[in-house]
Amino acid sequence: MCGIIGFIDRTKSRMDGSSIKAALSLMNERGSGDGAGYAAYGIYPEYADYYALHVFFDNLGEPKKKVDELLQQLGEIVHQEEIPTTPQPGIKKVHIPWRYFFKPSEDLMSGKVASEKDVVTYIVMEVNANVKGATIFSSGKNMGVFKASGWPEDVANFYRIEDYKGYIWLGHNRYPTNSPGWWGGAHPFNLLNWSVVHNGEITSYGTNQRYVEGYGYKCSLFTDTEVVAYLFDLLGRQHGLSYETVVKALAPPFWDDIDRMSAKEAELNKAVRLTYGSALMNGPFAIVVGTENGIVGFTDRIKLRPLVVGENGSRLYISSEEAAIRVLDPEVKNIYTPRAGEPIIGRFIE
Amino acid sequence: MTLGSVPPKFKVSIDRDQCMDCGRCIENCSYGVYRREGDKILIESRKCTGCLRCVAMCPRDAITLTEKPIDYRSHPLWTREVREDIIKQARSGKIILSGMGNARDLPVVYDHLLLDACQVTNPSIDPLREPMELRTYIGKKPSKLKFRKTESGDVELETKLAPNLKLNTPIMIGHMSFGAISLNSQLSMAKAVTELGTYMGTGEGGLHEALYPYQDHMIVQVASGRFGVNIDYLERGAAIEIKIGQGAKPGIGGHLPGEKVSEEVSKARMIPIGSDAISPAPHHDIYSIEDLVQLIRSLKEATEWKKPVFVKIAAVHNVAPIAAGIARSSADAVVIDGFRGGTGAAPKVFRDNVGIPIEVAISSVDQKLREQGVRNEISIIASGGIRSSADLAKSIALGADAVNIGTAALVALGCRVCGNCYRNLCPWGIATQRPELVSRLDPERGAVQVSNLIKGWTDELSELMGAAGINSIESLRGNRDRLRGYMLDEKMLNILDVLPAGV
Repeated sequence: MCGIIGFIDRTKSRMDGSSIKAALSLMNERGSGDGAGYAAYGIYPEYADYYALHVFFDNLGEPKKKVDELLQQLGEIVHQEEIPTTPQPGIKKVHIPWRYFFKPSEDLMSGKVASEKDVVTYIVMEVNANVKGATIFSSGKNMGVFKASGWPEDVANFYRIEDYKGYIWLGHNRYPTNSPGWWGGAHPFNLLNWSVVHNGEITSYGTNQRYVEGYGYKCSLFTDTEVVAYLFDLLGRQHGLSYETVVKALAPPFWDDIDRMSAKEAELNKAVRLTYGSALMNGPFAIVVGTENGIVGFTDRIKLRPLVVGENGSRLYISSEEAAIRVLDPEVKNIYTPRAGEPIIGRFIE
Repeated sequence: MTLGSVPPKFKVSIDRDQCMDCGRCIENCSYGVYRREGDKILIESRKCTGCLRCVAMCPRDAITLTEKPIDYRSHPLWTREVREDIIKQARSGKIILSGMGNARDLPVVYDHLLLDACQVTNPSIDPLREPMELRTYIGKKPSKLKFRKTESGDVELETKLAPNLKLNTPIMIGHMSFGAISLNSQLSMAKAVTELGTYMGTGEGGLHEALYPYQDHMIVQVASGRFGVNIDYLERGAAIEIKIGQGAKPGIGGHLPGEKVSEEVSKARMIPIGSDAISPAPHHDIYSIEDLVQLIRSLKEATEWKKPVFVKIAAVHNVAPIAAGIARSSADAVVIDGFRGGTGAAPKVFRDNVGIPIEVAISSVDQKLREQGVRNEISIIASGGIRSSADLAKSIALGADAVNIGTAALVALGCRVCGNCYRNLCPWGIATQRPELVSRLDPERGAVQVSNLIKGWTDELSELMGAAGINSIESLRGNRDRLRGYMLDEKMLNILDVLPAGV
C-alpha cells in the first residue's frame, strides 16, 4: 500500500512540519509502522550553498572515520553534527543520524567527472556501495530527508520535524515488503536535490537498474524506489530534459495513442520511447518527486495506484488520499484526480 | 567389405491388418524406403531418415517406426555415434556433413531459467482487458535527446532518429536461403511476416522475383560468397544483413550442394546450374573490424543511408568484445547466432562442437555494451535454438531486443527435424529444389501455419508479461531481475547475472 504526500508553496513561503505529520498519520491504514519519512526543502537557509549530507552511521567509529576521510579528500566539511532527535518508545534507534554541510572541491576530481554535483553523486555511490555501516540518505542543498522505521508520527517526533520550516514537503507512510526495518529502505529516497516518495512496486526495476548502472549509478539500498531518484538525475540533470519530458520517458503514452497524434508530436513521442525505453517504469506506482524547482507527481500508465491533487492559491498538494490533503488544508480548492501518466508539476513562481 | 554395414537407424514396419494398400507411403517417401513388388509393399528400413512423412500421410496409422532397433554394445565413451562416425570416415576419408542444429545432448540453459509472476503486492495485467505493447524498433537509438528553442520560443526536437525497423512482435524469421530451402517455403514465410508486421531474411541466395511483393518485410543478406548481391537486390530489402558467421558453423563459410542448384536457384544466386555454391570462410574484403566498418558504410552509401545494416556473427567465446566493436561502427543491429543454430549443411564437427550457447552470449554482449556505454547504439537480435515463447521471453529478459527463429518456422511448415537437409530429398518440400517435392508445400497453407505459430507465441509472450506486471516490451528487455536460475552453478549465475531460485 503506502501513503504519499507532496506539498509545495510556489511563493517559497515556508511551513513547519506539524501539519504534514498530521496528514501522513491520517493515512496510517496505508502503512504498517515499519517505515516513514519526510523530505523538506528550504530548511537550511544558513547553509544554503553547501550540500547537506544526511548519513546513517551504525557507529561513530570506523564508518564515520571513512566518510570523514573521503569528504576531506574531495572537499571541505563546513559544519557537522548529529541530527537532533528525541527518543520515542516506538522507535528503536539502530543508526545514528548525522549531517554534514559540505563543499566539494571541483579540481580534486580527476577524469570525466566535471561538476560539483558529479562529485557529490560519486561520494554517495561510493559510500553506499562500499563503506560498511554508513549510508548517505540525503545529499541536496538547503534540504534534507528524515526517515526511520516506525509510524509517521513517531518518526516525526523523533526528528522533531515541527522544528523545520520548508516550502516543499514530501511525506511517506510505508507498508514495506522489500526491506522492513531497514532505515535506508524507508522513503523518501534522495540524490542531490531529487527526492522521491513512491507507492507501488516497479516491475521494470531490473531493466531500469541495468540502465542507470551503465551511467555509474549504483543501486545499493535494496528497494526499487532508489532507481527513480537516479532516473530523474540522469534524465533531468545529465541529459537536461524538462520535467514533462522526463515523465514522458518514465510513463510514456501507449503506441496506439502516439499513432493518433499529429506527425510532429508523434515523432517526438517516438523519439522519447526509442531513446529512453530502458527508463520506462512499469508496474503500479504513484510517485511524487521533489526537485530544485518544484515538485512532480505522476502515476503509472494504467494508474494502478491512487493520486489526488489539490490547490489553494500558491499551494499545491499531491497525495494518495483526498482526506490527507484536507487535513493539510481544510480550505483546499480544486481537488481532482489526474489521468494515468499525466505529470502534475508545481514550480516556484520566479 | 571388411567394415560391413552398420545397424540401421530405424526399423519401419507396416501393420498389414491395418494397411489398405493405398501406396501413399511409396509415393511420399523420397528416400526410397518403400517399393511395390507384386501386390506387396516392401520396406527397406536402412534408407529411413525418420522424417515421418509416411507416418503423417498414412490414412490408417498402419506404420510404426522404431529408433535403433539394433544397438551396439553400450559404452559411455565409445557411443554409437562415435563408432559410426569413425566407420563412415574410414570408408570415405572425408569430412562428415550434417544438417539442422547441434545434436548433442548438452544442458540447455533456457531450461534452467524460470520466469516471474506477480502476487498481491503488484497486480498482474490482463492482456485481454488492458493494452499490452510488444512493438519493437530495431536499429540505432540515440543515447540521449537534444532539444532546441525555435525563434517563436517553442521547444523542438533536435535529435534525428536513424531508420529503424518496426516490428509488431519481437519475433523475426532468420536467414534461410532460396537454395537451402524451397521457394514455396520462402513464400510461406514471406506471406506470414508481411501479414504479421515483422521480417524475415533472404539468406545468401538472392531474392526470387516471386518474393518482390513481400520485399518490404525482407532483410537481404550480404555473405562472403556475395551470391545474388547487386544494387537492385540491396535496394529491394527493408534492411541489409552482413553475415560474418553462423552458429551452426562458426568460422567457416556456407555450403550449398550442387544438387540443390536448380535453374531458378542459379538465377537468383547468379551461379551456374548444378555447381556447388561454396562461400569462403572469411569475406575476402573483411580481414579486420575496420574493413567491416568500410563495408557497412559502403552498403549504406549505396542505399542512401535509408536502410538499417545488421551484422550477424556466430556466438563464439569472444562474442562480447566483437559485438562491442560492431556497436562502434555504423551498424544498426548485431545478430548473434548461438551454437544450437540450424543449417542446411555443416560439417558435423563444427555443428556439434564450435561456439557457445545463445543465452550466455546475449548476457555477456548486453553486459559489455552497457559497460562501454554503447547499448543504445545497436539492437541485439538473438537466434540459435529458440524453441518456444518461453525461450523468447527469457532471451528478451537477458537483454535481446528481438529473436530470429529458423528451425521453429520450418517445423511449422512440416519439418520433423530429421537433419537430412543437405540431400535435396526433403519429403516435406522444404529443404529441396525438386519440383515434385516442392509442390507438396502449399504457400498459402504454409503461410497460415507460420503465422499461427508466431501469433501463438506472441499471445503467450503477452500473457507472460502481463503475469509479470509488465505492459511494454521495453520493461522486459534486460530485466534479469525477473529471471531466476534453477540448478545452475554459481559461475553461470554470475555470467547470466541472475539470482538463484529462492532468493
